[in-house]
Amino acid sequence: MNYTFQFGVAFAELPELLKGAIITFELGILAFWGGALIGLLGAALKTYGTGPLRWLAGAYVVFFTNTPALIQIYFLYFGLPELGIRWSSFTCTLIGLTLNAGAYLTEIMRAGYISVRSTEVEAAETLGMSRWQQIRYVVVPHIAKTIYPALANFFIVILVMGTSIGAIIGVDELTGQAINISTENYRWIEMFVVVAGIYVILTFIASLSLALVGRWAFRVKAKVF
Amino acid sequence: MLLLEAMGTTLAMTAIGCVLGFLIAFVIVFLRQTPGLWALPIRFLAICYVEVFRRIPFLVVIYLVLFFIRSIVSEVSLFTIAVVAICIYSTAYTADIIRGGFESVSRQQIEAARAMNFSRWQTLMNVIVPQSWPVILPPAVAFAISFIKDTALVSQVGVFELTFRGKELNNEGFSALLVFGTIAFLYFLMSYPLSRWGRWLEQRLASSPSQRSKQRLRPAYSP
Amino acid sequence: MHHLQVKDLSSAYGPLTVLKGVNFTLAKGETAALIGPSGSGKSTVLRVLMGLNKPTGGEVLIDGAALDYSRPASVRAARERMAIVFQQYNLFQNMSVLRNVTIAPVKIKGRPRKEVEAEAERLLSKVGLADKHHAYPDELSGGQQQRVAIARALALRPQILLLDEVTSALDPELVNEVLDTIRGLAADGMTMLIVSHEMAFVREVATKVVMMDEGLVVEQGPPEQIFGAPKTDRAREFVGKILRH
Repeated sequence: MNYTFQFGVAFAELPELLKGAIITFELGILAFWGGALIGLLGAALKTYGTGPLRWLAGAYVVFFTNTPALIQIYFLYFGLPELGIRWSSFTCTLIGLTLNAGAYLTEIMRAGYISVRSTEVEAAETLGMSRWQQIRYVVVPHIAKTIYPALANFFIVILVMGTSIGAIIGVDELTGQAINISTENYRWIEMFVVVAGIYVILTFIASLSLALVGRWAFRVKAKVF
Repeated sequence: MLLLEAMGTTLAMTAIGCVLGFLIAFVIVFLRQTPGLWALPIRFLAICYVEVFRRIPFLVVIYLVLFFIRSIVSEVSLFTIAVVAICIYSTAYTADIIRGGFESVSRQQIEAARAMNFSRWQTLMNVIVPQSWPVILPPAVAFAISFIKDTALVSQVGVFELTFRGKELNNEGFSALLVFGTIAFLYFLMSYPLSRWGRWLEQRLASSPSQRSKQRLRPAYSP
Repeated sequence: MHHLQVKDLSSAYGPLTVLKGVNFTLAKGETAALIGPSGSGKSTVLRVLMGLNKPTGGEVLIDGAALDYSRPASVRAARERMAIVFQQYNLFQNMSVLRNVTIAPVKIKGRPRKEVEAEAERLLSKVGLADKHHAYPDELSGGQQQRVAIARALALRPQILLLDEVTSALDPELVNEVLDTIRGLAADGMTMLIVSHEMAFVREVATKVVMMDEGLVVEQGPPEQIFGAPKTDRAREFVGKILRH
């Protein structure tokens, strides 16, 4: 192997890479919260909905969880212009990821709705709680505690797996920046090793803070490792 | 026909990569559970492998594998590179699934084996694996099936699989809506039936060993 | 010469000292019972003997030869000579009754399968389960599972059989079937070390009683002495408590 590693070159690009990391976080957080809103609605429709609405929510989940996020984004980026809708690569990635996350989050949240046991609600009723109090003190904390670990886990998946897909259609997030810089300086291995390191650190910080929040807010013992 | 061939490539590289990944993950978990002070570096490396690769995007792994392998040997097919990348990634994920499965076997079962002089390997093969595979297999299969979709990313380095074929067709002038709609549908055709089968498998395995042995004995037809 | 000799045996579980120097001996063909309040370390003695917990001091001698539990070969030798039956039976859930009994002799000791299977059938008949060869543990009652566990231990042809509270996890009506099996073994001259809360049974079967408290042996001797005329205050107090029940 006659290849000399020059990590200095890669580290010199750290400021550029960190700019990308900020976009990665933006994409991840926006797609997650957008997906969470869709998931809340989707899970409600799938659990309590009737007829076509329930079917629609089911079809949405089945379609988006069985096709690649990349193809969904391609559809928006390359397909929609044919209908005269032209969005930036960032917008396409964000919308694609949001729709994709919404489908997975629908399933996660549905598991939360289902987990509420009628006995617990009955117990709350016998204590004389009003309907609103039951939701506020029994149902919501129960759901939050049940699904928090899955939500935290999914956020990391979106942050890592999801956002990097944007690089393929030219979003300048962390992976995208690495590709941009590497095509100029040909230091692919060094750049990607450094980028991998940044991802590990970023997600570690994210997991750690999510575990702390979970502990403090919902008394969930989430694992960092 | 080219689309069918591309689908075949997608399925083949996912299957080969995930099966290899499963086997390597199995060894990694075994190493990770090696007792004793001397095995500390082995345990540390095994944990690092799983933790690091679960935190790196698949796309970054693909690029790393591509350029790393190409810098050592130049004559490597893109298919091989895709398989290696899938294998590295699936190893990290399945290792956690396998570890969870092994830990689901009660400590008393392992103690009983130790008291009868079973070695660590004999305990694993005779007691832990037979008791934990119903816990391990469904999520491992589910992971592999969901990974069919994620392999779309290897099109980026030019592997001739389904997504790559889609991009080619689009470049040849076919409507992107039509092309990517079709490609999405083809992924759906592979992923949906398999995920239904995975769920069926999970329900079937959720029974105890004695019930399973009866299922085996029961004739396939019944009056 | 003593068959089994335990000298000053101590053991710790994390910061907790469980055994603080236990001494007792066991002759061939003898049935010794370890009794004492819960937490006195009786079960730990058996676990240390089997190499499941590490001793922190003292000696274990079998036929005068000391076992060094820090050496894997020595631990294997101990497990060759002794077999244990657990409180929770610990039958392998993934194996049929017959396979539970035959797996270790065939796979670990390398004896011919045919011979082991014939012996296993004899042992299973002896514990009254001749018709359950192909059943799985989860299809058996607790008492039946415990009898399979005894057959499994006997199939290893141990010189000493260790029984760790083998009736404690059983429903009251299932206790006797297991005790009958142990009575039979005692009559056959099996050397046994029993941890038990069944005092009437201990009195009847044991040729020697070792009373433990807080990780130490308080008194040992024939059952008539321990239950009839205990010499130490601690033993008198414990026996008094039991007899009142």
